[in-house]
Amino acid sequence: MGFFDKLKAGLKKTSQLLRTDIRDLFKSGEILSEKHLEQFEARLIQTDMGVAATTRIVSDLRQEHLGRTMKVDELWATVRATVKSILKGTSTTTYDPEQPLSPLNFSESRPTVILVAGVNGTGKTTTIAKLARLLTSQGKTVLLAAGDTFRAAAVEQLTLWSQRLGCDIVTKPAGTDPAAVAFAGCEAAVKAGVDVLIIDTAGRLHNQQNLMQELEKIRRVIAKQIPDAPHESLLVIDATTGQNGLNQAQAFSKAVSTTGLILSKLDGTARGGVAVAIRQQMGIPVKYVGVGEAIDDLEVFDPDQFAEALFAE
Amino acid sequence: MFESITQGLQGALTGIFRSGKLTEANIREGLKQVRQALLEADVEYNVATQFIEKVTAEAVGEKVLKSLRPDEQLIGIVHQQLIALMGPTDHSLHLRRDGINKIMMCGLQGAGKTTTCGKLARKLKAEGWKPLLVAADMQRPAAIEQLKTLGQQLDVPVYAEAPGGNPVAVCKNGLAHAKTAGANVVIFDTAGRLHVDDRLMFELEQIDSRVQPDQVYLVCDAMTGQDAVRSAKAFNDALELDGVILTKLDGDTRGGAAISVKQVTGVPIKFVGMGEQLDRLEPFHPDRMAGRILGMGDIVTLFERAQEEFDAEEMERQQQRMLKGRFTLEDFRNQMKQVRRLGSLGDIMKMIPGMGGLLDQFQNIDAEKDMGRIDAIISSMTLEERQNPDRIDRSRRTRIARGSGTDPADVNRLLKDFDNMSSMMQKMSGLGVKDRFRAVQDLAKVGGMNPAAGLQAQKQRSKRGPADADLAAEKKKKARKEAKKQRKKNR
Repeated sequence: MGFFDKLKAGLKKTSQLLRTDIRDLFKSGEILSEKHLEQFEARLIQTDMGVAATTRIVSDLRQEHLGRTMKVDELWATVRATVKSILKGTSTTTYDPEQPLSPLNFSESRPTVILVAGVNGTGKTTTIAKLARLLTSQGKTVLLAAGDTFRAAAVEQLTLWSQRLGCDIVTKPAGTDPAAVAFAGCEAAVKAGVDVLIIDTAGRLHNQQNLMQELEKIRRVIAKQIPDAPHESLLVIDATTGQNGLNQAQAFSKAVSTTGLILSKLDGTARGGVAVAIRQQMGIPVKYVGVGEAIDDLEVFDPDQFAEALFAE
Repeated sequence: MFESITQGLQGALTGIFRSGKLTEANIREGLKQVRQALLEADVEYNVATQFIEKVTAEAVGEKVLKSLRPDEQLIGIVHQQLIALMGPTDHSLHLRRDGINKIMMCGLQGAGKTTTCGKLARKLKAEGWKPLLVAADMQRPAAIEQLKTLGQQLDVPVYAEAPGGNPVAVCKNGLAHAKTAGANVVIFDTAGRLHVDDRLMFELEQIDSRVQPDQVYLVCDAMTGQDAVRSAKAFNDALELDGVILTKLDGDTRGGAAISVKQVTGVPIKFVGMGEQLDRLEPFHPDRMAGRILGMGDIVTLFERAQEEFDAEEMERQQQRMLKGRFTLEDFRNQMKQVRRLGSLGDIMKMIPGMGGLLDQFQNIDAEKDMGRIDAIISSMTLEERQNPDRIDRSRRTRIARGSGTDPADVNRLLKDFDNMSSMMQKMSGLGVKDRFRAVQDLAKVGGMNPAAGLQAQKQRSKRGPADADLAAEKKKKARKEAKKQRKKNR
């Protein structure tokens, strides 16, 4: 199954939700009225893309089509164009589905350091395993650092993954300062000369100051060890998250200068719209999406295809 | 936790305050904003729309137009409807003293099922039950270890089999094990699953029919967006839920999911997870939650938590010392420590009625840091200095500043603040709880007008003015009444 199919399957619920109602809503030949727009707005809200993005899409529609006879295809073209332009934003991030590593920012000299953070239960550890798999399958050597020393058995979870993937891992006993793990990870990565070091962190709610400061400290420690590191600071966001995703993006961005998002758990449920809101308001691009529970189910995010899949028939 | 809705509602309703009169037009405008606030808070679209319809039906019409204070009445209606939407509550786990009680937990991945199992086991153990945890999560690597670790921390037995087994069999064996082990409550920790995964949902139904749990709880992440409704409905259809446990409410999520989930499943929200520590499981109170949404604060929870956290004897001792005017820096530091145990200062402020709005003004003041600095300064003093701050002269001050890594000016400021505070505390210690509370609120108001104002900025009564404060208040009240009468006459 290709990327597009998988993503489409993942987003099926969303597009179904949109399409079924929209077919009833927008009928060719009728005149587009405020009432139609209001109903369409409701549907957009239900994708979790938030009031601001919804308002923008609806106002684009209003500007171009209000009071005219509806042509479903043209309406869709407008909606798609708006979503795409929001998702692409102004950044220079490249998305090449043929090159799974294209969104990542690699360092000139080894190792490239990737710091992964997020709130509790978004699937950081699983995502790291998937990312490591993607990197090793592209011929890169990967070292993992098990920085989640807080949650019970988190270290074991990542260790199990490293054994399955056949890559090395740096661990410390539970309760160790995570910055110490990051330090040891950097040291080991330089010594072993690996291509990529991925550092796991414990899940933390973004409004807990001490924990966010701990994250800043991890970042400082890494930067001291390896100049310009971390080269990528990825935030894992659960695709079912609502508008709180924005707060998360803001807080993590402040602490560790987030360079990209990974939208996890996009497989089962209808959502993921919060990525649109985050892109629009924070400018942080989505880099990968988790589209299934298997180890290979991490795909490059492609704004074109995301927008297409969101509204595909 | 719901401060964002609060902001939206307050924004919407201040317009009504200003106009002073409630017309159908302005209530509609206000409620439109309430609706947007609810949507931004992740309340499901249809639920939000229905809610607004209900409030509109209640509010618009004679009842409101006749009332004297329409703004208060509107808040009252919104408040009541919110409570109605999230209630009624039922915190009981419905456990029987005879036989084995079976509790099954289910939910999406990452909702916090395993941690919540631990919290529940801790709560049951504290209530004198003999819980047994059954690790039926065969999906996630190391999920079994996580439950085992929790069991060790809590000293609660855990039944687990080698990973890769059949969860249905594990549950069955776990139940049999409970009988021999003498446990009377069994908690099944099932794997997280997506509600659209038919295979795993079928497995859950199988476990359900095999073990016949007495209670099935859905663990739901409070940060979930619009989809909360659909997943809750799917789990409810498959299993007939008995209750919901909302997790991660200690975050800054607006938590609209609480409203949606309750609405769609119809089962009560039993508990809320307020933190990662295993004792952070609190009963859900819709009235308090609704009160918070409307910026009424949540003083009840604060009192409860204070009662749990504060060392009663220590408090009593300090009160006595305060009364005698023997409040030392040492006591001050102890008290600060106790307050800090309640949570961050921001959290506490949010719970005190009328203080929530102040938070924004204080954003650039890092209270936590200040408290840390004060702690360091006091720690750098000798015991004698702590008891007799007057003895701190210039040379001592320099030494303390050096010892705590602060500026001598900081030390000075602390001593000054302390002086002010101890005199104020002496005054306050003579008041009843209510008056004391009012004094704190007055303090907040003064600070609200001028964030830079310290305690000194509180209005001092002129020396030549009436000596008796009560008398002065009485007089003011009379004057206000007179003025009101005059206004009526002139109309």
